Amino acid sequence: MSRPALVEKPERAPLDRELLVRMHDLMVEARVLEERLIQMYKAGHGFFWIGGPGEEAFNVSLGLLMKKGQGPAFDYLHAHYRQSATLLALGEEPIGALRQMKNTATDPYSGGRNFAGHFSKRSWNIAPASSPIEVQYAVAPGTALVQKRHGGDGITIVTGGDAGTAEGDFASCLVWSSRPANPLPILIIVTNNKWGISTASDGQHGEKHVADRGKAFGMRTKTIDGNDPETAYLELKEAIAYVRKERKPFLLEANVSRLYGHSSASGANFVTDEVDCLKVMEERLEQRGIMTRAQMDAVRTRWTEAIAEMARQAREEPLPAPETIWNHIYSERK
Amino acid sequence: MANMAQAIRMALHYAEENLGVTDIFGEDVGPPLGGVFTVTQGLKTTWNSPLDERGIIGVAMGIAMAGGRPVAEIQFCDYVYNTIDLLKLAGNTCWSTHGDWNLPMVVKTPVGSGIRGSIYHSHSFDATMTHIPGWKVVIPSNPLDAYGLMISACREQDPVMYLEPKALLRIKGEERIPGEPDDDRLLSKMIDAPLGDRSKWKAQWPELQAYEVPIGKGKIVRPGSQVTVVSYGRTLPLCAKAAETLAAEGIDAEVIDLRSLWPYDWEMIRASVEKTGKVLYVNEDTEVTNFGEHLIRRTVDELFYHLNAAPKLLAGKFLPGIGLADTLEMASVPQLGDILDAIRKLAAEQP
Ligand SMILES: Cc1ncc(C[n+]2csc(CCOP(=O)(O)OP(=O)(O)O)c2C)c(N)n1
Repeated sequence: MSRPALVEKPERAPLDRELLVRMHDLMVEARVLEERLIQMYKAGHGFFWIGGPGEEAFNVSLGLLMKKGQGPAFDYLHAHYRQSATLLALGEEPIGALRQMKNTATDPYSGGRNFAGHFSKRSWNIAPASSPIEVQYAVAPGTALVQKRHGGDGITIVTGGDAGTAEGDFASCLVWSSRPANPLPILIIVTNNKWGISTASDGQHGEKHVADRGKAFGMRTKTIDGNDPETAYLELKEAIAYVRKERKPFLLEANVSRLYGHSSASGANFVTDEVDCLKVMEERLEQRGIMTRAQMDAVRTRWTEAIAEMARQAREEPLPAPETIWNHIYSERK
Repeated sequence: MANMAQAIRMALHYAEENLGVTDIFGEDVGPPLGGVFTVTQGLKTTWNSPLDERGIIGVAMGIAMAGGRPVAEIQFCDYVYNTIDLLKLAGNTCWSTHGDWNLPMVVKTPVGSGIRGSIYHSHSFDATMTHIPGWKVVIPSNPLDAYGLMISACREQDPVMYLEPKALLRIKGEERIPGEPDDDRLLSKMIDAPLGDRSKWKAQWPELQAYEVPIGKGKIVRPGSQVTVVSYGRTLPLCAKAAETLAAEGIDAEVIDLRSLWPYDWEMIRASVEKTGKVLYVNEDTEVTNFGEHLIRRTVDELFYHLNAAPKLLAGKFLPGIGLADTLEMASVPQLGDILDAIRKLAAEQP
């Protein structure tokens, strides 16, 4: 009697050492940056904090896999306010985020006008993050449409939380991305931390997985563990490769943690009951003999010192002059 | 002469060919219909979108971000209200990013009463739209201005809201659009989609020429010395007609077509009111927090000592909607008789 063959998913090859070391470095940089931003807020050097501690495994991977540049040949990112690790992985200097927290005139993303974590960088196709939840999902198909027409392999990536998917803009994104007349090269990401601000998703959302909603549109979908750095990297890599090549949408839901609560509005204190992706990463590096505890501590010390110095610098910089309120209502780029 | 729908269509053709317009889209904007008011028939970059106004505005923003130049349509302004926060976002994108991003996009939408459109096809949008900074807002009252304003809108680097007074879309102009043929029937044959099967039809475009109505510039439609009447859109031709009628009664009214609501031609208003000392603002949006109220505030602030009478506003009644019955619509928004009365009364006022 022959037994049915066991169909086993082959174990994915682990990521190579250099990549893991690089990811770890970026994750630490991002964590230290967010913790510094929180500290600045608590010390009165900013009015509000919101950011992405707990999402570093996923967000660093995303930044490392994006095709960076300006215009439709490159990837567009329509992000929400928890994306600092992606920006750092793309090569952004952390001082910009500190300047935005301190709302200095030198804030490169908004000139002192917007909250922390509200990045914008046109030269890298980073669309401006804005406060209204989910609007980026209505805008993103527009850049993807131009990319489809342009040819090449540039894609659009949009990110946001789970609670926001109740907004109509999420449905808009699913519909516009999968029109049979013109399916779009767009990676629709939902980082699911199981919370709105204080409202748990399980009381509000009957769908088993947010990603399942893509199935009705014939979209490829997947729900992944975004707290596992290797899973996050490999799943993102696969999803991005699919969208790049097939020029079709993919809905990816990543389960992530929220390690300092929603924002400064809810205290911004460390929570101990959620998985910490940086710990997961460090345990793995140690287990595999890639880095020692002492080496990892040295990475953290290096970033802590560097970012503390940047924060000191940002704190010295002037606020925007009052008369600048009139600047940039319209474009000066004619 | 072309009507306003044909004029806008020709401007859009000009803009596709010469100004880099890449996408003209919205509900029923592409073939076979070419827009519920026929404004987008025969154009080469049109396409039909899902029935989703938020998606339409969002996608227009995205197209503009990625280097395209969209003209998006909201089928009736009555259905633009669920996009207000996206309009706000489009208007604040340049400012919020300290000039990093700008959005060269045009949104066009039919506005106002005049076609017995009942509660949801008669709204105006000028009062609400002029509350949203970062946009330019225009509204033509005749085909030639409609042509020139659309061409100017498609040259802008920032969002432009183009309001189409639906009562005027079928009205022929008195001035020729540069390049339009002399014969109206020929024009119709060239650019109006035929009835029946249109699948093989292609527009034959006349050799159109550039013509711009600069955004921010009004027009003195009729010069006068005793009363200034400032209007735009559907009520503008009524104001012009009223002024003609009243001339026979010895009332000499100056009529200004504002054409752009933001930025607007304050210098033209100022010069006129300094001359006449009396001003009536006329539009058909609801009168509470109406754009005309802003103009009155500015008139009082800056021109008080030139005034011989309190500045007046004639606008739509502050009602939840415009009722379908002819009697209801007539009673809800300014008509010729209301304008005649208002000008007469103002002209007769003595300090
Ligand atoms: C349209 C809108 N409604 C409400 C808010 C206030 N608000 C800010 S964040 C948030 C919760 C968002 O939760 P989720 O989408 O899951 O994202 P997360 O912050 O958890 O990453 C709310 C209600 C807002 N910013 N925008």
